Amino acid sequence: MIEVAALSVTFHVGHVAVRAVREVSFAVTEGETFGIVGESGSGKSTVLRAIAGLLPTPRDSVRIAGRAVGARRTRSERRLLQFVFQDPYASLHPRQTVDQILNEPLAIHKIAGAGALVGRALADVGLGPEHRFRYPHQLSGGQRQRVAIARALILDPRILLLDEPTSALDVSIQAEILNLIARLRRAHRLTSILVSHDLAVVAHLCDRIAIMQEGSLVELLDVERLRRGEAREAYTRELLRASRGYSRAQAPA
Amino acid sequence: MSAAPLLEVEALDVAFPGRGRLTHAVRGVSFALGRERLGIVGESGSGKSTTGRAILGLVPWPGMVSAKRLTLGGIDLMALRPHEWLGIRGRRISMVMQDPKYSLNPVVKIGEQIMETYRLHRRGSRREARRRALDMLDAVRIRDPDLVFHRYPHQLSGGMGQRAMIAMMLIAEPDLLIADEPTSALDVTVQNHVLGILDELVAERGMGLIFISHNLTIVSSFCDRVLVMYGGRIVEECAASGLAAARHPYTRALIAAAPSIDRPKAELTTITRDPAWLQ
Repeated sequence: MIEVAALSVTFHVGHVAVRAVREVSFAVTEGETFGIVGESGSGKSTVLRAIAGLLPTPRDSVRIAGRAVGARRTRSERRLLQFVFQDPYASLHPRQTVDQILNEPLAIHKIAGAGALVGRALADVGLGPEHRFRYPHQLSGGQRQRVAIARALILDPRILLLDEPTSALDVSIQAEILNLIARLRRAHRLTSILVSHDLAVVAHLCDRIAIMQEGSLVELLDVERLRRGEAREAYTRELLRASRGYSRAQAPA
Repeated sequence: MSAAPLLEVEALDVAFPGRGRLTHAVRGVSFALGRERLGIVGESGSGKSTTGRAILGLVPWPGMVSAKRLTLGGIDLMALRPHEWLGIRGRRISMVMQDPKYSLNPVVKIGEQIMETYRLHRRGSRREARRRALDMLDAVRIRDPDLVFHRYPHQLSGGMGQRAMIAMMLIAEPDLLIADEPTSALDVTVQNHVLGILDELVAERGMGLIFISHNLTIVSSFCDRVLVMYGGRIVEECAASGLAAARHPYTRALIAAAPSIDRPKAELTTITRDPAWLQ
């Protein structure tokens, strides 16, 4: 469904070239939930943005549903794939009601019957008609992230890209959103990529995980092997150990 | 904890007026702290950070603080006047906050900031302060203290910045350190390095530590004892190693809500909040 082949992204900051992503390749099959884990600056979000067409990328490095796509996408290519960002406080327009926010993608893609679709999309993410005419600041963090997910799914995409969707939320709200994502991905038969710094979150939702460090994909393994501690790379094992909590024995002396 | 406790908190209450009524952020919190690592866990709005600030006398206006007892080594913190706080804050109790980006002065070099703290509380010469600052940077395992000494905060990574913060907070050798989410802005691998440094310094210097965090995994593996806060109250107190056997339904739900690498499950447990927890 998604193929990434030798993808490299370089940013130019003044005279310095920063190679944010270096020759990253992987393929995601239809219906799969693929995870990308890494620390800050590892390039994990940049990979996701390149797949979404939010960055200029060479035409051959990303293929979606068998077709090579560049950064300039046709409307149907854009509809195929939707994005949920980390911070629901920043990704929703503060001066638009939930109704306006959900209507906008429908208007852009000239989809008829918006009224009913908005109602259904809200119900789908567990919000009621009472939330429809509220502004984002009148909603809790978890409710806002539900709106962001509803906005992504209202176009009935085949691919959902999730960039740290629960990092700004409390543990109990995170559990609700992760359960929601798991349910929707089954109901809509979505192919998805989840990017997170939290190995436990990624292991919960994904079957296969890519570990990134300093722009490179250092290891690709399935969750079962990760759980059994069969990671090949030292960095993956270090991440796994660190995710299990602090240990006096392995603390640097 | 055989001797008199370092810090005693009894019936601490913090309220903020607004919309014609009082909102209680902290309700009747009591605990005693020895030279140990005490964790306070809770979700946003549980009152964990406000508790930390109240101990330091830093609850902003118009917040109202009351307590039957709030003492540090016998000193009544509730009765302190503003100028008396100068001898306590930074000197006997200091605080490390979440993000070094916002708590370091962006236009003053790291070394200068650490020296300033030392000279304010210890009144040494500049040369002495400089020597102590470099020692302290070395103690938080900064590889090249001389280099970092002359850097500005924006030239340091998050992990380095947080080490510099810890150096600054510990240079006056306080009795009590309050760390409010000290590693939440850091990458996991860096997190454990910073915790290791904190652990070692607290043990070496015999300080008391209050470690405030939303992260149960870190608190249960790092602290000796844990207080779980919900809606401004302590709902449970237990040994950190016994957190898995916690009894309060909120604590149990909080543990069950976090995804775990080792115990996979199809669906995460969500929390059904019981109004009785607020009683």
